[in-house]
Amino acid sequence: MASESTHAVLQPNVGTAEHGHHPAQMPTGIMRWVLTTNHKEIGSLYLLFSLLMLFVGGSMALVIRAELFQPGLQYVQPEFFNQMTTMHGLIMVFGAIMPAFVGLANWMIPMQIGAPDMALPRLNNFSFWLLPVAFGILLSTLLMEGGGPNFGWTFYAPLSTTYAPPSTSFFIMSIHLAGISSILGAINIIATILNLRTPGMRLMDMSLFVWTWLITAFLLIAVMPVLAGVVTMMLLDINFGTSFFDAAGGGDPVLFQHLFWFFGHPEVYIMILPAFGIVSLIVPTFARKRLFGYASMVYATASIALLSFVVWAHHMFTVGLPLTAELFFMYSTMLIAVPTGVKVFNWIATLFRGSISFEVPMLFALGFIVMFTIGGLSGVMLAIVPADFQYHDTYFVVAHFHYVLVPGALFAILAGAYYWMPKWTGHYADETLGRWHFWLSVIGVNLTFFPMHFSGLAGMPRRIPDYALQFADFNMISSIGGFLFGFSQLIFVWVLVKAIRGGEKAPAKAWEGAEGLEWTVPCPAPIHTFETPPKFVPEVDSPSRH
Amino acid sequence: MSSQYYVPPTSKWPIIAVAVLGLTAVGAGSLMSYGSGLPFLLAGVVGIALVMYGWFRDVVNESMGGLYDAQMDRSFRQGMGWFIFSEVMFFAAFFGALFYIRVFALPWLDGQGAKGITALLWPDFTASWPLMNTPDPSIGGPNAVINPWTLPLINTLLLVSSSVTLTIAHHALKEDNRPKLTRWLIVTLVLGFVFLVIQGIEYVEAWTQLGLTLQAGIYGSTFFLLTGFHGVHVTIGAIVLLVMLLRVRRGHFSANQHFAFEAGAWYWHFVDVVWIGLFLFVYVF
Amino acid sequence: MIRLTIAAFLGFALLPLIGNVHASSINTSSGWNMPMGVTDISQEVFHLHMTILWICIAIAVIVFGVMFWSLFKYRRTQGAKSAHFHENTFVEVMWTAIPMVILVVMAIPATATLKKMYDTSNADIDILVTGYQWRWRYEYLGEDVSFFSNLSTPREQIYGQEERGDFYLVEVDEPMVVPVGRKIRLLLTANDVIHSWWVPDLAVKKDAIPGFINESWTRIDEPGVYRGQCAELCGRDHGFMPIEVKAVSEEEYVAWLASKREAAITEAQGADREWALGELMERGEGTYNTYCAACHQPDGKGLPPIFPALAGTGISIDPSARQAHIDIVLYGKTGTPMPAFGTTLSPAELAAVITYERNAWGNNTADSVQPAEIRDLLGSQ
Ligand code: HEA
Ligand code: HEA
Ligand code: CUA
Ligand SMILES: [Cu+2]
Repeated sequence: MASESTHAVLQPNVGTAEHGHHPAQMPTGIMRWVLTTNHKEIGSLYLLFSLLMLFVGGSMALVIRAELFQPGLQYVQPEFFNQMTTMHGLIMVFGAIMPAFVGLANWMIPMQIGAPDMALPRLNNFSFWLLPVAFGILLSTLLMEGGGPNFGWTFYAPLSTTYAPPSTSFFIMSIHLAGISSILGAINIIATILNLRTPGMRLMDMSLFVWTWLITAFLLIAVMPVLAGVVTMMLLDINFGTSFFDAAGGGDPVLFQHLFWFFGHPEVYIMILPAFGIVSLIVPTFARKRLFGYASMVYATASIALLSFVVWAHHMFTVGLPLTAELFFMYSTMLIAVPTGVKVFNWIATLFRGSISFEVPMLFALGFIVMFTIGGLSGVMLAIVPADFQYHDTYFVVAHFHYVLVPGALFAILAGAYYWMPKWTGHYADETLGRWHFWLSVIGVNLTFFPMHFSGLAGMPRRIPDYALQFADFNMISSIGGFLFGFSQLIFVWVLVKAIRGGEKAPAKAWEGAEGLEWTVPCPAPIHTFETPPKFVPEVDSPSRH
Repeated sequence: MSSQYYVPPTSKWPIIAVAVLGLTAVGAGSLMSYGSGLPFLLAGVVGIALVMYGWFRDVVNESMGGLYDAQMDRSFRQGMGWFIFSEVMFFAAFFGALFYIRVFALPWLDGQGAKGITALLWPDFTASWPLMNTPDPSIGGPNAVINPWTLPLINTLLLVSSSVTLTIAHHALKEDNRPKLTRWLIVTLVLGFVFLVIQGIEYVEAWTQLGLTLQAGIYGSTFFLLTGFHGVHVTIGAIVLLVMLLRVRRGHFSANQHFAFEAGAWYWHFVDVVWIGLFLFVYVF
Repeated sequence: MIRLTIAAFLGFALLPLIGNVHASSINTSSGWNMPMGVTDISQEVFHLHMTILWICIAIAVIVFGVMFWSLFKYRRTQGAKSAHFHENTFVEVMWTAIPMVILVVMAIPATATLKKMYDTSNADIDILVTGYQWRWRYEYLGEDVSFFSNLSTPREQIYGQEERGDFYLVEVDEPMVVPVGRKIRLLLTANDVIHSWWVPDLAVKKDAIPGFINESWTRIDEPGVYRGQCAELCGRDHGFMPIEVKAVSEEEYVAWLASKREAAITEAQGADREWALGELMERGEGTYNTYCAACHQPDGKGLPPIFPALAGTGISIDPSARQAHIDIVLYGKTGTPMPAFGTTLSPAELAAVITYERNAWGNNTADSVQPAEIRDLLGSQ
């Protein structure tokens, strides 16, 4: 195969020396990235963008944690604090976690199904480049007169309409752009999966990462338009005098919440299903044993996705829903624990009687299983309506969702990054640094978010810049943990840069126990893989052969 | 199943599209937030039109050049199908809002149902649909509503028949009967155009004579939200069909290869179905 | 590696013990856990919480136990060879069915408690609670008593220029007073944005939504002061709108109601006499700092563009805009956060605050507004 530096997408010197393989009109320099339609390059762009946003959103979290280090107002005023909370949530959700998964999808889905690229490559370029524009607009609102969005990432009306800063229309525009990006990206992924699988690969032969993304893409297409719809209604209420969220004209502020959470709840599963997929690849690889219950994993994912459409009001238990509605949403929410439990049990059954080694990707995947489960269990507690009356809008909720999002979604992304880094760069990630990264992250993340369970239960509301004295100790611990966790992520940047520039070379099949088509192409993957469909032979006893 | 995949070459259109869309967003945002930015907005909108022209022209040329294989065709079809699904969900949000308002919010404000105690705040309010009087009288509802059995009924008939005529045109295309195709496509376009004109007349009448405006409480809000976005979609659909007509006249498409035409037709049928929902729930019931 | 893992998890579980929990608890919580509270309902909720918490801990112990045991036992470094099974219908059915059963066990008591919490019938006292940016207003329906309840923690404590008190940020000027042993129905609404009325010791948290009314109820058996906070992001000072509920004996409650009515009468009589400018200014400063300063700032500079400045600009220095100034304070400005104060403050307070705004911070219009003028304006409505 080509010499190691030739076609690696992340190699800085690509595009200068050896162009032999590229189509003749391939532009060079910056334009190469601007115009690229190559799934690997676009995947890298997504991943780098998301890393940048992780640091931007993370820095905002650190502003929050600095202010909350002690009682009293020290560094920022309440209005700026609210902007930080809001922007932190928005940027992490739409700018860091979602694009990271889309980046991984871009890189890995075509390789895992034996396709040469995404189904609609130009649309792919379009989807990516919308994001920097959307987030450029969003971040610029912080500098506008009256400040940026300050109404929480859930932007409940009428705080986000009648009582919002003037920059809100910009905020809405940026949500629209990010939404278009997500919808088109999802369409592309579905079309790729359904249409570009190599001959012989049936749906039930696909890797779980592909499966979870197929279902996630469906969720995205179903709910992002609802978000677009609700922000459009906001826009009309703000600028054109409509009354959607105003009782005086016959509307209802709670209508906003129903529409938002009809999007918002599936959205949180959008941020976790691909994570399940990644973990479902890594655990078998390092346990050197086939994934337990492949078919039930697929059905569980599908059930979670379907259930996610009928649980939205569990975020609204205190808005005064009628009793029957409360009961319905409580039961339906609790039900999600069942398919999710199936997934957790399958992973553990995969470990059981395996031959387990603890490379960095595996460490992150195991960390995921444990800490995601902790977050999931607190989720079930939140689903119990009478108890949620006490938990709602406290740090208990903040603890819950950071457990599922940070050592959940983010850890899975990091696990995937360590797992596939050899495929991207040709080199293994530095094992020692990786371990430091993992252990410091585990300690940091628990130090940050575990005490929030206690402060929340004891009565600390969320989204406040200052608090009663009794919460001081827990907050101090959280803040120390937050800084530890945040700065530990710089190790990852170091690891990444190191792997791009050199390191231990990886063979095509970088991990002994790894399965799947992506491991049949060299490391680093050449810029064009599978120009002709590869041969695919399903395992003899794969579910589709039953 | 082909043995070699087709991967389209790079193109400058996507990044230009991003630029003009960003321009539009910034223009619209600053116009609404700070009252200036119209030039950006207009430039952005014109830009979008130009980009669509350029991008689609390239795709058409590639398609005509026989570059696309069956797999690419399937990707386009699925892409279009899922895109329409996303549009369905966009309208679903609006219909959901309409039902929520009618089934829950208004009765509560009027003192019925689980949250009827709310009527303490609005002692003089009685709910009805269409809502002629708002809870806070200073907002004020419309003075009259549109009779569904006049212009809206005509519009329903127009759109439904346009779906039929489009299907006739499609069959003509499949039979490679070009004159018939052109004829029925023109009829479809005329029907769509008349629909839009009537909708325009209705809007003017609503706004000026019936007091039915965006500010006329929740009835006006939902009315214009649903019919307005529907109208925008009819306009887009009509432009697409117009382009199809021009392409037909240039001899594009063949009896078994005419996905662009089919995509336009799907879209048109979708817009038609949305209208049926509108006619029933916005005008009639 | 494994030992490290275990050590890390144990370590973090013990962590909170190191940070010793100080400061008196603002509710009946141990400082770590949900408060048990002082009503039947709050205790039921507490026990429900403990039940589900223990179930979840048990699940976690079992699941993580099996997991860590497998990780330990089947280490590759110990020469573990992997087995080849990857399906087992029996265990798969079991681990679908058992969680279902556990969930049903949780759902039954939850449903029962929820039904009780939703039963607002047969209340003895009705209180209309209205959320404002950023204070609460309590109106005792049928008693002719209503008042605002504002944060009473001084700014100096917030900015660290003064020692912070025990009830830092959870103390108010006028608590909501209720008698013990009576069923109190709360009717919750809001004037501007959504707020949420939450007192942990009562296990009541319900959103106050503008234009709608939500119902909740409580019955307190222990006399005492129970504190809470607004629990829905409502803008700038969301963190600074606490709740204080004072439960007293029936007699004390009756006496308190009477004193409130008395005070209201005295306040209204303020409009019967002529006020000197100095008197108006003094009263006005207090009113301004309580009701206006959160947005327009103590120095009158505002937070443009949302909260306009009053010092040295606009209607407050324009001699011809005196009436416009009165109107905006009385009736508010729709489409902006400026509320109508005419229905909620007394004529004396209104007159004083307008006078203050027209003369403070070097505005010096020398205009004074008399309470009688405001009373007549409002009376003619
Ligand atoms: C990745 C994101 C993610 C995920 C996966 C979840 C998963 C779940 N969430 Fe969470 N949630 C959020 C992100 C997420 N959540 C966010 C961001 C918010 C706050 C939004 C905001 O207000 O800003 C939130 C808020 C939130 C609330 C509202 C709280 C409130 O505001 O009052 C509720 C209430 O029901 C809830 C419930 C659940 C449940 C039941 C699950 C379940 O899916 C969990 C299922 C998993 C398990 C249960 C563990 C494994 C299972 C077993 C080991 C089997 C055995 C278990 C049992 C029988 C119990 N979540
Ligand atoms: C989606 C994922 C996600 C992620 C990954 C995180 C990560 C973190 N979050 Fe947050 N968070 C949310 C989603 C997320 N969060 C959401 C949705 C909300 C709700 C918002 C709302 O209420 O509306 C929220 C709210 C929230 C709050 C509550 C705020 C409030 O209620 O007022 C807090 C408080 O501590 C917090 C903290 C943190 C911390 C410490 C991290 C840490 O993990 C961050 C780690 C930090 C970094 C990774 C950056 C490191 C930076 C540097 C090292 C500086 C160097 C800089 C450069 C090189 C440029 N988050
Ligand atoms: Cu009122 Cu928060
Ligand atoms: Cu949810």
